[in-house]
Amino acid sequence: MKHLSSKLVMAALALATMVVAIPARAVEISFYYPIAVSGPLTKIIEGLVADFEKANPGITVKPIYSGNYGETLAKALTANRSGQPPQVAVLVASDALTLIDEDAVVPMEGFVKTDSDKKWLDGFFPAFLMNGRYEGKTYGIPFQRSTQVLYWNKAAFKEAGLDPNRPPANWDETVEFGKKLTVRDSSGKVTRWGLIVPSGVTSHWFLQGFTTQNRAKLTNDAGTETYLATPEAIESLQYFVDLSRKYKIMQEGIIDTGTAPNVFIEGRAAMMFHSTGNLTNVKNNAKFDFGVAMLPARKQRGSATGGGSIYIFKKSTPEQLDASYKFVKWMTSAEQSARWSIATGYVAPRQDAWDLPAMKQYAHDFPPAAVALEQLPFCAPEFSTHDGPRTTKALEDAIDASITGTKTPANALKDAQAEATRILRSYKH
Amino acid sequence: MKLGTDSGFQKFLETVAAWMLGVLWALPLLYAAWAAFHLSADSTRFDLTAPLTWKNFVYVWRAAPFPRYFLNTFLLVSLIIVVQFTLSTLAGYAFARFRFPCKNLMFVLVLLQLMIMPDVLIIENYRTLAAMGLIDTIVAIGMPYFGSAFGIFLMRQTFKSIPKELDDAARIEGAGTMLTLFKVYVPLAKPVYLAYGLVSVSYHWNNFLWPLIVTNSVSARPLTVGLQIFSSGDQGIEWSIITAATLLSAGPLLVAFLLFQRQFVQSFLRAGIR
Amino acid sequence: MKNAASDEIESPWVGWALFLPAAAFLAVFTYYPALATLYHSVFSTAKAARPARFVGLDNYTAMVQDPIFWQALKNNGWFAMGTIPASIALAIIMALLVNRALPGRALLRMSYFAPTILAMVAVANIWLFIYAPQIGLLNQVVSWFGGTPHNWLGQPDTALASVTAVAIWKEAGFFMIFYLAALQNMPANLAEAAAIEGASRWHYFWRVTFPLLMPTTLFVLVNAVVNAFRLVDHIIVMTKGGPDNASMLLLYYIYEVGFKYWDTSYAAAMSMVLLVILGAIAIGQFLILDRRTHYR
Repeated sequence: MKHLSSKLVMAALALATMVVAIPARAVEISFYYPIAVSGPLTKIIEGLVADFEKANPGITVKPIYSGNYGETLAKALTANRSGQPPQVAVLVASDALTLIDEDAVVPMEGFVKTDSDKKWLDGFFPAFLMNGRYEGKTYGIPFQRSTQVLYWNKAAFKEAGLDPNRPPANWDETVEFGKKLTVRDSSGKVTRWGLIVPSGVTSHWFLQGFTTQNRAKLTNDAGTETYLATPEAIESLQYFVDLSRKYKIMQEGIIDTGTAPNVFIEGRAAMMFHSTGNLTNVKNNAKFDFGVAMLPARKQRGSATGGGSIYIFKKSTPEQLDASYKFVKWMTSAEQSARWSIATGYVAPRQDAWDLPAMKQYAHDFPPAAVALEQLPFCAPEFSTHDGPRTTKALEDAIDASITGTKTPANALKDAQAEATRILRSYKH
Repeated sequence: MKLGTDSGFQKFLETVAAWMLGVLWALPLLYAAWAAFHLSADSTRFDLTAPLTWKNFVYVWRAAPFPRYFLNTFLLVSLIIVVQFTLSTLAGYAFARFRFPCKNLMFVLVLLQLMIMPDVLIIENYRTLAAMGLIDTIVAIGMPYFGSAFGIFLMRQTFKSIPKELDDAARIEGAGTMLTLFKVYVPLAKPVYLAYGLVSVSYHWNNFLWPLIVTNSVSARPLTVGLQIFSSGDQGIEWSIITAATLLSAGPLLVAFLLFQRQFVQSFLRAGIR
Repeated sequence: MKNAASDEIESPWVGWALFLPAAAFLAVFTYYPALATLYHSVFSTAKAARPARFVGLDNYTAMVQDPIFWQALKNNGWFAMGTIPASIALAIIMALLVNRALPGRALLRMSYFAPTILAMVAVANIWLFIYAPQIGLLNQVVSWFGGTPHNWLGQPDTALASVTAVAIWKEAGFFMIFYLAALQNMPANLAEAAAIEGASRWHYFWRVTFPLLMPTTLFVLVNAVVNAFRLVDHIIVMTKGGPDNASMLLLYYIYEVGFKYWDTSYAAAMSMVLLVILGAIAIGQFLILDRRTHYR
């Protein structure tokens, strides 16, 4: 509480200064936010916003729910092009380059002045800052970040004669366990698959689990080159494909990202790789005992980071920019990060959030929540280049073609690499 | 198989075929209803003893501003109907009863719009409305549809079929152009207005792509966009919730149709749309 | 459709004044955008760093070399061929069935027509659920009958067919209403006369009913063709054009390129193609309409 009241005093002082300098009128900022996991998150966002407004009388925040990440990006850029963007928006961390190319957002460094500001900016886990930085500046502040994790059905493990407390630790064990866990009925049809890994929307993110574990770097830091057809990358996609086509522990064809958790919850798949953001959904609806662990390793453990960061848009008045910064800083400070993380299952992106008693208690009561945190040191940034949506589509088409057997992983990735190179040609100077 | 000699067996076969088709057609909706009234865990299995629940609907109603979406859609559809009726009536009257330069060419151009719907011109129309500063308003959703080739065509055909004598009679009594229109033509075209209105409401209540592009915030967002945004989590969707949301947003039209089925079909018959 | 000269009032400006409001909106939202599309298609897309410049046919060249564009065009062709005849045929069958005094007629009519009332977006979500590989209704029914369950939306060879089925399901009922209206407006004495002459049901249908339904068919055909190119809501919800562009349709690709990649000029070039296709079909249909309609 002391923390909060001193912040209040500071906010009041800052406000008083503002009031003296500028006519007293509430600054209004609009805030686009997506919801990518199920849950009554609108209410929680509105609660957070209300608390911010109480602590900052003089700023009104209008929260606008704008669909999933893709829709929110489309909305934000559409609004930006027609001259009326939101002031603040939560968008995918890897959208940073797209936003920068559209000259839509401003870097945080312009706002960081006081010690408290610096402490705030430095308090984020480096893994989560990777996608938001460009040319040394920070554009995206981690807000609802995630990694992939392994969910496993302990009851199914027991049935299959496996130790219910020991998930697979590497690629080979995944296949071995998967084979034991896949159950077929008398006519040979599968009633339970060993594993489910989505390949629908955002399939690139799920491929990146395998590429990170196999130490295949897919892009350069500047986002101007891709390396999609390296042997390591091809191996990773091959493994992904083999899970269904060769080892037969997974459903063939494209697996829809949205319905995958349902399949796991219904007991139709014994293991699942999916976002840690699904924790709350699985916890509330699974009727069996389940565990959560880091993804199995190959050359190393790892996953791509995912989820959303919060951005400040350029086309605002100076008062709005100021208010936006205050809002962003508040929303991503320790207490709010913890609050949001506990409510959603996303990973709190800063250490001081994890140090809070509420968070420590939560992690103690529900250990799965801390798995993503453990995995952070091994994580890679999400695939991101200039003209990102296009290059991502080239990669995802390659994944589609490989998983459905239309092309071999090697050919598919070679085509994708050629396409990506063509797209990025004009960005290389 | 001679006409007029319908064997009982034949009729039976037809009835069975019709019913099988009917059940097949209704299956998706029935399935959705099943899922919406059960908990997520029971939604995909057909255990008749599983408990029924209202929870999903309550959740949906609270989770997203559906009341506001309903209001927006209602306002949108009303606006479109009013403007379309007015404009189509005037234009239809012009084509039916007046001579003016380039009339035939204009009519051909109007007919062309039957094919070139605003939907295929989304990029340019977006640009136009952005230039007008109308993005994210209900008016913006409706504007590209105000001029309706279908409406003009329909009203023209209808007005043409009204006997000229009535028009002459009104003129003899001293009525001017507009008064004749309102006293003679419009009342006689009532069934056509009803049919046209029903088609238009149905179309615009359910329109999605254009409203998706042109609205950004809740204040203008219609039901279809609200529903889709609600249903499109990237990371895990609860089917019971989504089917509940779907039924909730389709509800009013379904109920209206159930109640006014006969009138609906009758209006099509009387309008002589064929 | 002869216009007797005495039928019309001689007032050129009144005519125009009445037509003007509708004409204005049509001009601004149909004709101007069509021309603007042409204009923008020969410029490059403006970006933050580079303003738009004239590039002639560059966008069209890129389009011709784009395999996804050709795939989308091909898919749209198949989609049209799949939905149009099937939904019209089903509509006629449904109308014929419902026109007879079968038990439960009102309920049947409602069942056939209900899909039309729902938004395609709503319908698509339900079908997504039906097509789900393991927990979905279709695979459950298929297994029950002893068939092999498929990943309907997730395999390239079934994805397009699956979304086509959804469109047919949605459209048939709507067209049924028009046919029903036409059937009920057909004079009863025709049927009597044919019965007296001993005509068979089948014969009667093809020689009398179907030709008399021609105007309706042509009217419905216009709708069906437009919908084949206009309907992409279900693609947005169910497959997003995948897997690997197996269900990519032209308008959806235009939407992606225009509103996800923000390459508005390229989208304009493809829009021109769509406009030309629709325009050509419009002209073709009106020519046929002039020649073949049996108006009374």
